[in-house]
Amino acid sequence: MATAAARDTAGSRAYGVTAGADDTAGHQHAFDAAVAADERIEPRDWMPDAYRATLVRQIAQHAHSEIIGMQPEANWITRAPSLRRKAILMAKVQDEAGHGLYLYSAAETLGTSREELLDKLHSGRQKYSSIFNYPTLTWADVGAIGWLVDGAAITNQVPLCRCSYGPYARAMVRICKEESFHQRQGYELLLALSKGTPEQHAMAQDAVDRWWWPSLMMFGPPDDESQHSAQSMAWKIKRHSNDELRQRFVDICVPQAASLGLTLPDPDLKWNEERGHHDFGAIDWAEFWDVLKGNGPCNEQRLTRRRRAHEEGAWVREAAAAHAAKHSNGETGATRA
Amino acid sequence: MTTTPAAGTAAVTAAALALGDDALVLSHRLGEWAGHAPVLEEEVALANIALDLLGQARVLLSMAGDEDELAFLREERAFRNLQLVEQPNGDFAHTIVRQLFFSAHQYLLYGELASGDGPFAPLAAKAVKETAYHRDHAEQWTLRLGDGTDESHARMQRAVDALWRYTGEMFQPVEGVDVDPSRLERAWLERTGEVLRRATLTVPDGPRTGAWAAGAGRQGLHTEPFGRMLAEMQHLHRSHPGAAW
Repeated sequence: MATAAARDTAGSRAYGVTAGADDTAGHQHAFDAAVAADERIEPRDWMPDAYRATLVRQIAQHAHSEIIGMQPEANWITRAPSLRRKAILMAKVQDEAGHGLYLYSAAETLGTSREELLDKLHSGRQKYSSIFNYPTLTWADVGAIGWLVDGAAITNQVPLCRCSYGPYARAMVRICKEESFHQRQGYELLLALSKGTPEQHAMAQDAVDRWWWPSLMMFGPPDDESQHSAQSMAWKIKRHSNDELRQRFVDICVPQAASLGLTLPDPDLKWNEERGHHDFGAIDWAEFWDVLKGNGPCNEQRLTRRRRAHEEGAWVREAAAAHAAKHSNGETGATRA
Repeated sequence: MTTTPAAGTAAVTAAALALGDDALVLSHRLGEWAGHAPVLEEEVALANIALDLLGQARVLLSMAGDEDELAFLREERAFRNLQLVEQPNGDFAHTIVRQLFFSAHQYLLYGELASGDGPFAPLAAKAVKETAYHRDHAEQWTLRLGDGTDESHARMQRAVDALWRYTGEMFQPVEGVDVDPSRLERAWLERTGEVLRRATLTVPDGPRTGAWAAGAGRQGLHTEPFGRMLAEMQHLHRSHPGAAW
C-alpha cells in the first residue's frame, strides 16, 4: 500500500491524467517515499508518467511474449510422442494463454486496453521476447525450452514478484509458480531423452546446443548498453541488472547440465574460484540485435500467424458483441447441469 | 442397466477402445487450435477441453491395453472412433458445432454409465462433470454465433448442415456399452434441437448417417482426413521403435 499522501483521495481521477502542476511536486515526493520504503504502488495512486509508460511497455511485452511463446511449443502438440507428454504440453500451452490474460489485465490497470496492446503487437510497435523467433525443430526442443527458456524467465521474473507496482508483482507470484513447474517438466523431458536411446540423447544434445546462447540473450543487452535498466532499478521495477541475472542463470545451469549428462556449447565456460562464479564465453550481440530488429529465423512467421488468428477470429468477436447487445438482460447462458 | 460385463473381457475392451478413441481423436483435433483461437479466452477453453478429453482417453485406452501402443501403433482401420470427432476443425463455427453434437452425447452417455455399477462407472462419474462444462461451453457459443451477426449465423448453419450426417453414428449400439441408445437419442435430439432453435438455426431434415453404413467409424471405416491426422500424430513415436519418452 502506498502512503495516504500519495493517494488521490477523491478517487475519481481518470487514468493517465496527471494532477495539476501545483500538486505534482507533492505527489512526486510521496511517490518517491513510497518506493524508497518498499511500499507497493497501486492503480489509483499518483505515479510519474514515465513510470506508467515504462510499466505499460514492460508488462505488454511480457504479455505478448506469453502469447507468441505458445507458437513454438504448440508446434509439437500434435506430434508429441506419448500421451503423457502430450497432456503436459497441452497444459503448459494453456497456462501460457492464462499468463497472457493475467498480464494484459495488469497492464489494463495502467489505463490501456488489451485491444490497444494487441494492435501494437500486430503492427510491430510493441515487442515480444526475441527467444520466440527461434524454431522448434525437434521434440527435444520442447524440453530445451522448458529447461533453459523457462529457467531464464524464472530467473528474470522471481525478482519481479517484489516489483514496486502491485498488480504486476501479484501477477508474477502466480506466474512464477506455474513457470517453475514447466521448467521442471522440461528438465525431466530432457533427462528421459538423455538417458534414452543414442538417437534420443543426440536429439537432446542438439537442442541444448541450439537453445543455450539464445537463452542467455533473454536477459537483455549488457548493462552498459541497456537503456532502461538504471531508471527501472531506481523505481524498483527491476531489482537486479541484466548481467547479474545472466550470471546467476549460468551458475544454476552448469550443475544441472552435468546431472542431465549434456554439455553446454561454450568452450570458455569454467568455474572461477576467485569470483565464485562461472566465467563464460562472449555472446554474439550482433545476432541478438538482428533478431530484435525482426531478422530472426521466425519473426515473420510468428507475427503473421498471430495476426491471422486475430483477423480470422474477427467475425467471432463481432458475433459475441452483437449477441450481447441483443440479449443485454443476460439470458444467454445455458444452465449448468 | 441390465447385466454388466466384467472388466478385462472382450466386450469391455471393445467399449473402452470405442469411447477412448472418440476422446483421443477429438482431443487431438482441439489441440490443433493452439495459437489460432479467435480470442485468448478460447485458447484457454479449447486447450482445457482437449486436456479433459485426453485424460478420459488415457483412462479408457489403459482399460484396453497400453495407452501409447494403442494410440501410436494402430493403423487407421483399427481405430474405433466416431467419424464425427475426426472431422477437421474448419472454422470456429464448425469446431463449436462438432463439440455441441459430441458433448451433448457424451454427457448423456456418461450420465447413464455413472449411474450403473459397470466397469466404466468410476470414469463416467468424473467425465460427466467435465462433459457438463464442455456442453455448456458449446451451447453458449452456439447461441452467440447462431444469434449473433448474419455472417456468424450463416457459418453456424453451414456447420450444422455439414456435420448433421455424422450424428446418427453416435446412437448405434456399441459392444460392451450397456446403455439403451434409442433413449439417449431421444434425449439428445430434444436437447440439441432446443439449443439450435434458440440460436435461430434450422434443424436439418437430411439423413443423420452418410452414404456409409451406419457405424462406419466404429468398424474402422474412416474419412479421408483421418489418415493424415494419424500420420502426424504417430510419426515421431513410430520413428523410434521401443524408445521411452
